[in-house]
Amino acid sequence: MSSSSRMKRFRLAGWAFVAVVAIVLPFFLGTYRVGQFTQALALAIAVLGLNLLVGYSGQISLGHGAFFALGAYVSAILIVDAGVPYLLTLPIALAVCAVAGFLLGLPALRLHGLYLALVTLGVAIAAPQIIKRAEGLTGGTQGLSVDRPAAPAWIGLADDQYLYFLTLVVTAVMFLLAAGLVRGRVGRALIAIRENEIAAKTMGVDLARYKTGAFAVSAAYAGLGGALFTLPIGFLAPESFPLALSFGFLAAIVVGGLATIGGALFGALFIEFVPVYAADVNTALAGVIYGGVLILFMYLLPGGVMGIRRQIAARRAASQEQDAPAEKQRTEQVKTAGQV
Amino acid sequence: MMVRHRRFAGWAVALLALALLVGACGREEGSGGGGGGGGGSDPGITDTEVKLGGSYPFSGPASAYRLIADGAKAQFEFVNAKGGVGGRKIKFETLDDAYEPPKAVQNARRLIEQEQVFALFNTLGTPNNLAIWDYTNQRKVPQLFVATGASAWGADIQAHPWTIGWQPNYVTEAKVYADFLEKEKPNAKVAALYQNDGFGKDLLGGFEAALKGTDIQLVAKESYEVTDPTITTQMRTLAGSGADTFINITTPKFSAQAIAAIAKSDWKPLHILNNVGASKTLVLTPVGLENAKGIISTQYYKDPEDPQWADDAAMTEYKENLKKYAPRADPNEPFHTFGWAVASTMVKALEGMKEPTRQSLMDSIRNLDTEIPLLLPGVKVQTSPEDGYPIEAMQIMEFNGKNWELQGDVVEAPAQ
Repeated sequence: MSSSSRMKRFRLAGWAFVAVVAIVLPFFLGTYRVGQFTQALALAIAVLGLNLLVGYSGQISLGHGAFFALGAYVSAILIVDAGVPYLLTLPIALAVCAVAGFLLGLPALRLHGLYLALVTLGVAIAAPQIIKRAEGLTGGTQGLSVDRPAAPAWIGLADDQYLYFLTLVVTAVMFLLAAGLVRGRVGRALIAIRENEIAAKTMGVDLARYKTGAFAVSAAYAGLGGALFTLPIGFLAPESFPLALSFGFLAAIVVGGLATIGGALFGALFIEFVPVYAADVNTALAGVIYGGVLILFMYLLPGGVMGIRRQIAARRAASQEQDAPAEKQRTEQVKTAGQV
Repeated sequence: MMVRHRRFAGWAVALLALALLVGACGREEGSGGGGGGGGGSDPGITDTEVKLGGSYPFSGPASAYRLIADGAKAQFEFVNAKGGVGGRKIKFETLDDAYEPPKAVQNARRLIEQEQVFALFNTLGTPNNLAIWDYTNQRKVPQLFVATGASAWGADIQAHPWTIGWQPNYVTEAKVYADFLEKEKPNAKVAALYQNDGFGKDLLGGFEAALKGTDIQLVAKESYEVTDPTITTQMRTLAGSGADTFINITTPKFSAQAIAAIAKSDWKPLHILNNVGASKTLVLTPVGLENAKGIISTQYYKDPEDPQWADDAAMTEYKENLKKYAPRADPNEPFHTFGWAVASTMVKALEGMKEPTRQSLMDSIRNLDTEIPLLLPGVKVQTSPEDGYPIEAMQIMEFNGKNWELQGDVVEAPAQ
């Protein structure tokens, strides 16, 4: 037990470190870099949403780029056409995407695995085309310019720093909410569905409610992420949301660590920065380098970034309790598997 | 549970305190560094260097245009080797946007905020430049000689004083085609294929406007997206329209597809191919030069393959030095010529700058009256504070099966 409480303290210290870095960051970086980190935070929200769905409830979605786009366009259109204050557009984007996610979750009740993946893939493929055709609303291929929000005078921050902290606060809240969600009854129910649907049903888990619910929550996260993603750029077009974005989200949850909350942050940093640096190394080979890094990453860290901790914990448990071997170790792993 | 909550609250307070502390320290630094504007000289320019930035499609469907950047870089290297402009060496930083507007926005931000360039130069693509021009004008960073012929760049100088085009705009080009048809085929029935973005709609719109009051009819128009794989269906519809003239408003990949489609079908219209797609090496050679015989287009700079410029001084200088400063570049590729010519205009603009400020550069650019020797004789580069279109003259050319051949005279066709 003492080792588990030490782990807890270790983990807390780790997150405190991340928080300190996150707070200090914008004061040491130029405006462009701050913008990149703001985008990474927005991506992290969407990645977390997808991880709730894929990692915890075991349903695959290849279409989260579409929810991300929906959130971004709902927010942008409200700001540009209706003059709604940008802060107010965030909850609206979230709500619209929750409804859309719920609707897409309906086929999920009947479809499993690859079939569900295909349905969601269809959504992701259609989204950019729909955006292009709905020209009156979305600006079509010309895209939409949104004024970048200015920092309120009393706050004493530059515009980009203000946006960064705004996104940071929202991200922190969304991460805490998700952590609370998966730690409790809902999390257990989702994991039960993932592990064995029939068993979960026998134990009284309402499959329909939890599955569509997971889709709705996950889409809401993606939409909120999309809305926040647009603010620092001030521009969006159909090309902002290619099919590759949906796959990027999937890559991010695996890089960060499946069925972890914190992993979303690292996964988002990965998909925000690695492609940019890959293009800096060699424009022509950017895709190859990105893919190579991804393969190498999976080879070295099969459990993602959050898997490092599990690897350490597993190794320590193995060395501490050599007389009670594999059995105990496995229960230890199962116990941590669903946690933050 | 209580203990955990209290500990969490403790951490939260500690972090908040830290944030305020760092915020207080960091403010002066932050507000001083990022501002720009104001003071004596602007970012990106010193006594020995001036830094320019550009965003081009080095990858993706429009990556053929990357050659323009190579041509421009070679011209700057050439000028640098002679000592630069007023002792300043020109450094030209380019980034890849894959012809996607959102990436162009990212690139513009990176070039201006991170790389601290003095001005953006020759960023390519109509939608890409439209996506960044509010931003550049808010920040008062010159966005110069953009590689797109949209008529927007000179249409409202008051609203976007920091942005300017270079090449003849698409409305001018469209007027030259309408003028040609009126003389050669006054009862033409025209079918149009156009790219569904700012570029395609601008040229088509200009063409439709220029047809008003003539007997030329536009009987069919089909659009495609730059991301589409083929234009087969569009071409089939147009071929079935009964038109005897085809205006091909496309970027190189699709220009080639359209020429190939016509070669394979029994529809043989008079083919007008817009200047954007009229590259011999990139478009005509791949589909077979024999298939391109008789195609009409426009030109405003000297074609490196046209035998009449073989001994031209400007052409010789360009060819020799492109080989020297970009050994892998083919001097016969007109995109290189374009890059070289637009970069020499930039050099002239820098020469006319009285002080090392962005404002002074803009003053120079709004009062240009010069000839760039690589442009066709009679085509001038002229601007004024009211006239935001540097080049507004073009000449019709026809492909003879081997080369483009200039026809008639240079036609002046101001957009406004």
